[in-house]
Amino acid sequence: MTGPDDWDGREHPGGHGERPRIPSPRPAAEDHGPLPDAPPLPPAPFAELVGDATTGLPHGLPEPDPAPDPGTAREPDPAPPHDVDPEYESDDDPVTDDRDPRRHPPLPAPGGAPPHKVLKSLLGAWALAACSPEETAAVEEHLTDCAACAEEALRLRDAVGLLHPADSLDLDPLLRSRVLEGCLGRRPARIPVPEWATPYDAETAKLDALLRDMGEAEWRAPVRLRWFDGERPVERETTVGGVIGHLMAVDGLVATALGLPDPLGAAAPPDTPSPRRRTEAYWHTAGEETGPLAVHDPWREQSQALIRTASFAGSGAAELNVPYGKFSLALRDSFLDRAFECWVHAGDIAEAVDYPYEPPASGHLHLLVDLAARLLPVALADRRRAGLAAPPQGLVAAGTPGRTLHLEVEGNGGGHWYIALDSPAALGSPEFTVAHIALDSDEFCQLAAGHISPEETAVGQDGEREAIRDVLFATAALSRL
Amino acid sequence: MQQRLARGEAAALGELYDRFASLVHSLAHRVLDDGDAADRITREVFGYIWEHPDAYDPKQGSLRSWVAGITRQQAVQRLRQTEADSARDCGEDAPAPAEMERKIHEASTAARADYIVTSMPAPLRDALELAYFQRRDYRQTAADLGVTEDEARRRLRLGLQLLSTAHNHQALPAVPLSRTASLGARPARPSRAPYSPPGPGPGRPL
Repeated sequence: MTGPDDWDGREHPGGHGERPRIPSPRPAAEDHGPLPDAPPLPPAPFAELVGDATTGLPHGLPEPDPAPDPGTAREPDPAPPHDVDPEYESDDDPVTDDRDPRRHPPLPAPGGAPPHKVLKSLLGAWALAACSPEETAAVEEHLTDCAACAEEALRLRDAVGLLHPADSLDLDPLLRSRVLEGCLGRRPARIPVPEWATPYDAETAKLDALLRDMGEAEWRAPVRLRWFDGERPVERETTVGGVIGHLMAVDGLVATALGLPDPLGAAAPPDTPSPRRRTEAYWHTAGEETGPLAVHDPWREQSQALIRTASFAGSGAAELNVPYGKFSLALRDSFLDRAFECWVHAGDIAEAVDYPYEPPASGHLHLLVDLAARLLPVALADRRRAGLAAPPQGLVAAGTPGRTLHLEVEGNGGGHWYIALDSPAALGSPEFTVAHIALDSDEFCQLAAGHISPEETAVGQDGEREAIRDVLFATAALSRL
Repeated sequence: MQQRLARGEAAALGELYDRFASLVHSLAHRVLDDGDAADRITREVFGYIWEHPDAYDPKQGSLRSWVAGITRQQAVQRLRQTEADSARDCGEDAPAPAEMERKIHEASTAARADYIVTSMPAPLRDALELAYFQRRDYRQTAADLGVTEDEARRRLRLGLQLLSTAHNHQALPAVPLSRTASLGARPARPSRAPYSPPGPGPGRPL
C-alpha cells in the first residue's frame, strides 16, 4: 500500500536516475528531506557538500557496493554540479589518478610537506583523531599558516563533540496506546479502529518494532514453535523468518475474507485450507530461511491493510465469517485470535534472539483471555466427539444453564468466566458451578498457547476433578501451529 | 497519509506513530534528558499533528523533517519552561539568564545534531560510526567500508561538515505550540534550505 512516503514530495518527476541511490537504513527512510528550520547555507564549500538534494547525497559520493570490494570501489561521479565555484570542484577529484592507496599513500615520503589539497582532505580524519601520527603532525603544522584550513579544522573538531551514541532506550510499548488515546481524545476519529481490532493493531506494531531492532543475521535464528496437538505437546523448529511467514500466511485467511489479496498468491492450497496447511504451503514455496526483505514488509503491509480495511468496514463487519478450514470465527474474534498468535509468536522470537518482550496491555489481554474462555465449550465438545473428554453428565436444553466451571484468571487482564461444561449451547452459570479453578493470566495464556502442558499448569482447583482436567486439556487444545 | 489523517482515519495515526515515535522520543529525550518528559512531548507532538493534519506543507520538505522540527521546538520550549520554573524556585541562587540560554541552546544543538546524523546518507554515517565510536583510523575505516582511503577521508570530512551545520541555527522562536494555536508557528525556514531539491525530482522509489 502507499504509505506516508507519499507525503515527501518524491512524486516529482525528473531527476530520478541522475544519481546513484544510496540505500539508507529503514528508520531513516526520509533522509533526503531538508532539515527543519535549517540555517541558510554558507556560500561554500557547502553548496558543493550539499550536492544533489534529491537523494540527500553529496555530489560525487560513490554508490556503496552491496558487497564492497576495495579493488572495485567506484569513482566519484565525475560530473561536477554546474553551480559550483570551480575552486571547489577540485576538492572531490581524486588526489591521485591511480586510486590504489597502497601504491599512492596520501603523504609523500618523509621530508616534503604534502600539498594543501591532501592536507585539507585529511581534516575530517584529523578532527576524529583517525590519522597516523605523521599525518597529524603535518596537518597541525599546516594549520598554523593556512587560515582557511584552520577555520575548517576548528569547525570540524567542534562537530565531533556533537557525536553522541544513539540511545538504546526502547520505547515503552504501552506508550503507543497512551499517545493514540490522547490524540483521539483531542480529536475523535471519524474512521476509528474497531475495538476488537485494537489488540491486533497494538501487537503487530510491537512485533514490528522488535523486528526493526533485529540484525539480518538474527532473522535466521532458530525458533522453536510449540503447541498441543490434542493429546500431547509437539514442537517444530523454524527460523524468525519462518515465523513471520507463518503469521502472514494465517493472517491471509482474514485478508481473503475481507477481500484483500491472498499473500500466498498462486501457492495457496485449494478449498479452505487450515492454518497449518497454508503455513506449510508458504514455507514450501518461500523457504523458511527467508531474510527480512522477503517477509517483513509484506507481513507488515498486510497487517496494516487488515486494520485499515476493518476500520472502513466498521462494526457492521464484526460478525463476518472467517473460515479457518475445520472451523470458522467471526471477524471480531479472528482479529483477537490473530492478536493472540502475534503476541505468542513474537514472544517465541524474542526468546530466540534474547530480547525482552512485554505482554499486551491489560485491557487487550482481557479480550484475548475472553476469546479463549468463549471458545472452551466448543473445544470441550470437539474433544468429547474425539473420545478425549468425559461424556456429558446430562442433557441440557439449549439456552438454559447447565453444569458450570468457574474459571478465575488472576492478574493482568484477568476476570471471572463461567464455562458451560455439557454443551456449547448451554449457559454457564454461577449457581450451577461444579468446579472452580484459579490461575494467573500469564499461566492461562501459556496453556492456551500450548507452551505448557495441562499437567504442569500451576492452578488452584476445587470441585469435580474430571471437569477440571477436561477444561485444562481443552484450553491447551486451543493451540495449533 | 496527510489525506488519511485529515479524513480522521485512526489507522493512519497508528502508522504515523509507528513511523516516527522513536525519532520524536529520542529527540525529546536528548533535549530534556528525562524519560517522562520525553513521553509527554511525544504525546504533545502526535496530538498536535493529529489535530492539525493540514499544518504540514509537503513543499517545505519531508514529513520526517517537519516532525523533527515540531519535536525540537516543543522540547526546547518545555526545557525553557522548566528552567524558568526552577530559576524562580531558586531565587537568589538561580543561574544567570545567559547561563540558562546557553544550556537551552546546547540542548537544541544536540537535538539538531542527532537529527542530522540520523538523516545523513548512510555511507557518511557509517564512516563516522567506525572512526568515532569504534575508534578505527581512516585507513581501517576505508578497509572496513571497502572504499579507497581517499573516499574514507572524504566521507569523514563531509560527515563532520554536515554535522557542524547543527551549530549555525538561530535560537528557536518562543512561539507556543498549544493545541489551539494554528501552526503558523512552523519553524522558520530560509528561502533556500540546504537539502531541498534544486529542481523537482523523486528521492527514491518507495
